[in-house]
Amino acid sequence: MRLVLVLMVAILALIHLLTPTSLRALDPQLQTLLLIELRLPRTLLVIGYGATLGLTGAALQALFANPLASPDVTGSSSGAALGAVVGGYWLGLTEPLALAACGATGALAALAVLLAIAGWRAETSNLLLGGIGVSLACGAATSLVLALAPSPFAFYDAFDWLMGSFTDRSLGQASAALIPALVAGLLLARQSRVLDLLALGEDVAASLGHSPERIGRIVVGLSAIAVGACVSVCGAVGFVGLIAPYFGRRLTKGHPGQAMVPAALIGALLLLLADLATRAIDRPIPIGVITALVGTPLFLWLITHRRRGLGL
Amino acid sequence: MSQLLEAAGVSLVPRLAPLDLTCLSSEMIALVGANGSGKTSLLRALARVPGSGGTVLIDGEDIDRAPEARRRSLLSLLPATRDVAWPIRVCDIIALGLAGRDHGRVEQRIDMFELGALRDREIGSLSTGERSRALLARAMIAEPRLLLLDEPLANLDPYWTLRTLEQLRLSAQAGATVMIALHDLAQIDAFDRLILLRNGQMAGDGPPDRMRPQFGSLFGVEPTDSGWRIARA
Repeated sequence: MRLVLVLMVAILALIHLLTPTSLRALDPQLQTLLLIELRLPRTLLVIGYGATLGLTGAALQALFANPLASPDVTGSSSGAALGAVVGGYWLGLTEPLALAACGATGALAALAVLLAIAGWRAETSNLLLGGIGVSLACGAATSLVLALAPSPFAFYDAFDWLMGSFTDRSLGQASAALIPALVAGLLLARQSRVLDLLALGEDVAASLGHSPERIGRIVVGLSAIAVGACVSVCGAVGFVGLIAPYFGRRLTKGHPGQAMVPAALIGALLLLLADLATRAIDRPIPIGVITALVGTPLFLWLITHRRRGLGL
Repeated sequence: MSQLLEAAGVSLVPRLAPLDLTCLSSEMIALVGANGSGKTSLLRALARVPGSGGTVLIDGEDIDRAPEARRRSLLSLLPATRDVAWPIRVCDIIALGLAGRDHGRVEQRIDMFELGALRDREIGSLSTGERSRALLARAMIAEPRLLLLDEPLANLDPYWTLRTLEQLRLSAQAGATVMIALHDLAQIDAFDRLILLRNGQMAGDGPPDRMRPQFGSLFGVEPTDSGWRIARA
């Protein structure tokens, strides 16, 4: 099944990279240049960000033992956006890697606040309420920072980016987002067996020598780095990190840790589809709008599914 | 029987005061005490959950220094909760008790606990008693030296209560130390040794016959011809 997923991601990535075919009319040298400078960063970012959302969503869900945890629900995406806005508009940073670091710091701070409010192994209500609180506070703080920013165009300028966008990103920006995300993602994937053990409870994991708090710090820290770096370049994209892990666990017979890699592939697939959809529409629509439009009904379905006790 | 467990100053703030304990191999031990007396805390402290103090040696080996693979062969904990957050199948739950894949051993446990008909069901869809059996099978599959089981007999029907006691005795005969938290006083004679707990401290330690007279002060119950009744002052 993983192979099928990899193949599907590869095929969609090729379609994403090579369409629309308008480049063909150009001189071959220019074609290659445009493909590498413009199209490739976008395709890579879409795949990398989607995979990051799926992977970190699955990791956070396994950690909190809760299928409703995800980068957006836990407020880490909004925290990352706040961090990047502070870095870009207040501190005047322009270096993509510095902005990625600001994003990661913001995401980490948001998760730390949520943990202080809801605790590890959070009950759904505490997790959701805590996450809503953190998201609202970060959203308000982001608006405040933009309103007080030296540049009078900050709001207009940031809108397109905050709602999620992959347009006109450079290879440099793509690597600032994707290299930290890739490293953090690989390290997270190594925790898969321990996160499966956590399904039996913190005490069982501890009895086998895995300190639950240490696992928590690793998952929270690495998720914040991966999500923060991506958000600082592409803005906050919702719902993928919530939905992809659900389908990932379907493929691993419920194992929450093993579900990380399939969830990453499904996340990449979903975001590729969403970005192809934004390009198919003639007007510039932030990708976050598309994922929210498709994701909201799915999210509501998940909640009713859960309410009926059908297990996730 | 040789000494298997040597615990010095094990504690779990705030529920369990430091206590020393030695146990022999092949010993079946029941922890007995009122609600909140520290039975679960003692099991958790021996399993080295965060916050537990003291040292625990199993066959002379310091458990805190043992890596995961070694710990699996030294001890296993069945926690009090029978809830699993994810829809994992019964056979996969049991397999989580092993470090690697071993289809044969999983099937063997499924047979021992008569879980064949439930093997592909998601654990959350089972009754509490059935979940207990599956989780107990998980806890026992690696055949560790020390079994720490929190109320393994709770929620079991009479048949499974006796079958479980039989399984525990087999493990003990194979050389393990079996330590369980127990509420059902009707089962105490199945054990070699009772450890009585009160307010997070050891209140007694010995064979069931010798400990029985203390139940009056421990629980406020007294023996009758057919069982127990509330002791009225």
